[in-house]
Amino acid sequence: MVFRSEEMCLAQLFLQSGSEYDCISELGELGLVEFRDLNPSVSSFQRRFVSEIKRCEEMERILGYLLREIHKARIAVPEEDESPLAPPPRQVLEIMEQLQRLEMELSEVAKNKEKLQRNLLELTEYTHMLKITQTFIHSRSRYEEFPTMETDSAGGCTGMQRLGAKLGFISGLIQRVKVEAFERMLWRVCKGYTILSYAEVDESLTDLDTGEIGKSVVFLISFWGDQIGQKVQKICDCYHCHLYPHPENDEERADVLDSLRTRIQDLNNVLHRTEDYLRQVLQKASESAFSWVVQVKKMKAIYHILNLCSFDVTNKCLIAEVWCPISDLAKLRGALEEGSRKGDATVPSFVNRIPCTDTPPTLLRSNKFTSGFQSIVEAYGVGDYREVSPAPYTIITFPFLFAVMFGDLGHGIVMSLFALWMVLTEKKQNKKRSNNEIWTTFFNGRYIILMMGLFSVYTGLIYNDCFSKSLNIFGSGWSIKAMFTNQQWTNKTLQNNALLTMDPNVSGVFNGPYPFGIDPIWNMAVNRLSFLNSYKMKMSVIVGVIHMSFGVVLSVFNHLHFKQKFNVYLLFLPELLFLLCLFGYLVFMIFYKWLAFSARESNRAPSILIHFINMFIMQGKDITPLYPGQTGLQIFLLLVAMLSVPVLLLGKPLYLYWLYRGGKGLRRRRGYERVRRASEDNSITPSYDDDEEEGFDEVSNREPLPKQFDFADVCLHQAIHTIEFCLGCISNTASYLRLWALSLAHAQLSEVLWAMVMRLGFKITTKVGVVFLVPVFGLFATLTVSILLVMEGLSAFLHALRLHWVEFQNKFYHGTGVKFVPFDFSLLPSVFEQEGLL
Amino acid sequence: MPSLLFCGPKMAACGIVISIWGVIMLAMLGIFFSAKSAVLIEDVPFTEEDITKDQNPPQNIYSLYNQVGINCFIAAAVYVAVGAVSLCQVRLNKRQEYMVT
Repeated sequence: MVFRSEEMCLAQLFLQSGSEYDCISELGELGLVEFRDLNPSVSSFQRRFVSEIKRCEEMERILGYLLREIHKARIAVPEEDESPLAPPPRQVLEIMEQLQRLEMELSEVAKNKEKLQRNLLELTEYTHMLKITQTFIHSRSRYEEFPTMETDSAGGCTGMQRLGAKLGFISGLIQRVKVEAFERMLWRVCKGYTILSYAEVDESLTDLDTGEIGKSVVFLISFWGDQIGQKVQKICDCYHCHLYPHPENDEERADVLDSLRTRIQDLNNVLHRTEDYLRQVLQKASESAFSWVVQVKKMKAIYHILNLCSFDVTNKCLIAEVWCPISDLAKLRGALEEGSRKGDATVPSFVNRIPCTDTPPTLLRSNKFTSGFQSIVEAYGVGDYREVSPAPYTIITFPFLFAVMFGDLGHGIVMSLFALWMVLTEKKQNKKRSNNEIWTTFFNGRYIILMMGLFSVYTGLIYNDCFSKSLNIFGSGWSIKAMFTNQQWTNKTLQNNALLTMDPNVSGVFNGPYPFGIDPIWNMAVNRLSFLNSYKMKMSVIVGVIHMSFGVVLSVFNHLHFKQKFNVYLLFLPELLFLLCLFGYLVFMIFYKWLAFSARESNRAPSILIHFINMFIMQGKDITPLYPGQTGLQIFLLLVAMLSVPVLLLGKPLYLYWLYRGGKGLRRRRGYERVRRASEDNSITPSYDDDEEEGFDEVSNREPLPKQFDFADVCLHQAIHTIEFCLGCISNTASYLRLWALSLAHAQLSEVLWAMVMRLGFKITTKVGVVFLVPVFGLFATLTVSILLVMEGLSAFLHALRLHWVEFQNKFYHGTGVKFVPFDFSLLPSVFEQEGLL
Repeated sequence: MPSLLFCGPKMAACGIVISIWGVIMLAMLGIFFSAKSAVLIEDVPFTEEDITKDQNPPQNIYSLYNQVGINCFIAAAVYVAVGAVSLCQVRLNKRQEYMVT
């Protein structure tokens, strides 16, 4: 973890035109630098490498189709541990060709398969129709009398002579939902010259056009006359019936049925083989699918970056501007050499540092443990360039403040075990890559939760609270027996009084404080809360004042680094004096009372609050002082605090005004020099200090000085800061009392849960009681996890975070910087992963 | 033999966690009740009669403590069984997952 962000520099990369692809590929693998856009005014369609990007997108489209087919066939795509490098341009054409060939093959096979399936459906329907119409025909014996005369070519109906009119048949299948309407339409149009008989098919068939599975009905229409036949034909077309030729007699029917059966068998065979072949093709493709996806992604990224560079036509090389951390410059050179070597360039690419006027982005390196804490600090705001980072301290203070609000030994243990499980199985969980956002949030914060759990165990031991019960590890310091042996209480006292107070002044009752934490006897005392409240409130104020003073002290490092030494005397000193003289003194009084008054004098211990109030209204002649010289000291402290306010308000504006005017009426040139040296210089590089003109308006202008010095503006800014700080001191100290409030809420919730849930399990003392105890415990465990761990945990997390962001960080942290985002292949999102195809 | 699987992987995992917690916590509660810890006095279901009409105090209260303690131990044993069942379910779930993929 680092104290402040790293030094960055702006560098120019000169990439030779043969090897620029390989150089950028090397840089992408290492993730060292952030590229700046040198062509901001050019639209994305006018950039140099548009055609290459289009090619990549075409490949991505084919890959998407391929992955979807693989996913449909439920074949798993094997992933490799090492991601493949971006392919050189000559290999790209090979990949493109392979992908196109695959796409063609797949679409052809899919088309064929569909055709075969359609054919199969037709044959199946025909078979059904033949079987069912057979039953119709045989049930109506009169049709057998009429031999076939001739066949009509229209619609495949057979005609029969009867009374001079031809009897025609139309047969086919129709969807069941349409049958009633069909029948009615036939009746209305043909006015009784048709007879319709229909029966349902047992098997549900898939309609290939819509993909629905539904029941169909076989129908047989017999009609007289040609014109009726045409009308019936048109009605059948209108209702999307599948018509099949009706056989004339039974032998023909049997023949057709046989041939249909063999054809269906053949078709099924062919279909199976087609599916097998399709699966084979997909299996083979799935082996290289992963590497193709990664390669295409990397290629596209490289071409995007190349589009950001400017092309220097005269030198035949590409120029790129990058932000690079100074400590990584050697690695950058090495990467460029490697890239040049891979690209077989005659002239190697090189780096050139250039001066910059913009503020560089902020880079803070972190590992898997510190990245969680880093991200919660950055959620408030990324630090300014080279500003002191609050993240290293957050690693300890954040879990500690959480634990003060959460303090329960049992809950702390459960939380730590959960976090420990996440940490120990992190390799497996990283591979799983779940889509559940809430789970990913918890998983990314596993180290934070582990620290919070461990600190909660510690504060649980201090508060002596384990699932709302106290543990008696060392033996209580209070002895009730002593009250009896010294004849203070008798059996009669017990019978007559509901509540009794123990007197520490009786010998043997109070044997000294409990070695570690709160004495377990308090768990059984009725006035437990009054004692604990006083203790926790005082502790919150102490923790708050220490935390805030630490924040103010950290601002010194910022002032010194940005060469604003006057800020140390005009900002830091009055701030610190104000804070310590008032609230530091309060902390001192708390400690003094704790040390000077023991349990034996507890009935005449003074109230700190009264003394503190008296200090401000300067009363207090009628109260015994806590220590000799108290009044004098208090008046002195009050004076110092009150004097530091105008210093804070007016000191800095007046000093800057004096500087701007050249200071003490010296020669103008001297004054200008002095102003220049005192300006907000950043420690970029020593070599640029010589350049008097350049160094003037350099990076990180904290307050842009002398070109125009607006006195009113600076005054107003400083007035706001003073009011904010002074009033903030009081409100922020009070804000820390939430440490007390939340720990009280947690303790009470825990107690209520035990009393209302767990106690029910113990009510029945016979063995039958086990039947109640088992489910009651399950309920207790579930409620503990959901209410006390999740709800209270999130609440305490939020409040601890707020204390850090507002009360701690606004004493020294600006947080208005820009984060350094390096060009790194592993950071690029993958479209296919998001769709869940990979 | 019909499948013995009756709960999904998440339910089985919850079962294991609650069982382990139950075994440890109920065993410790059993020990503390048997040791007649004063902090747990509110949880022992004694009545007014147990205190006033006791022949030789505090044996009534002590016997109540013991009974509750034994109940806790039996409940801990029940949770061992529940844990074993959950473990079986987890194994069966893993096997089924392995067979599908």
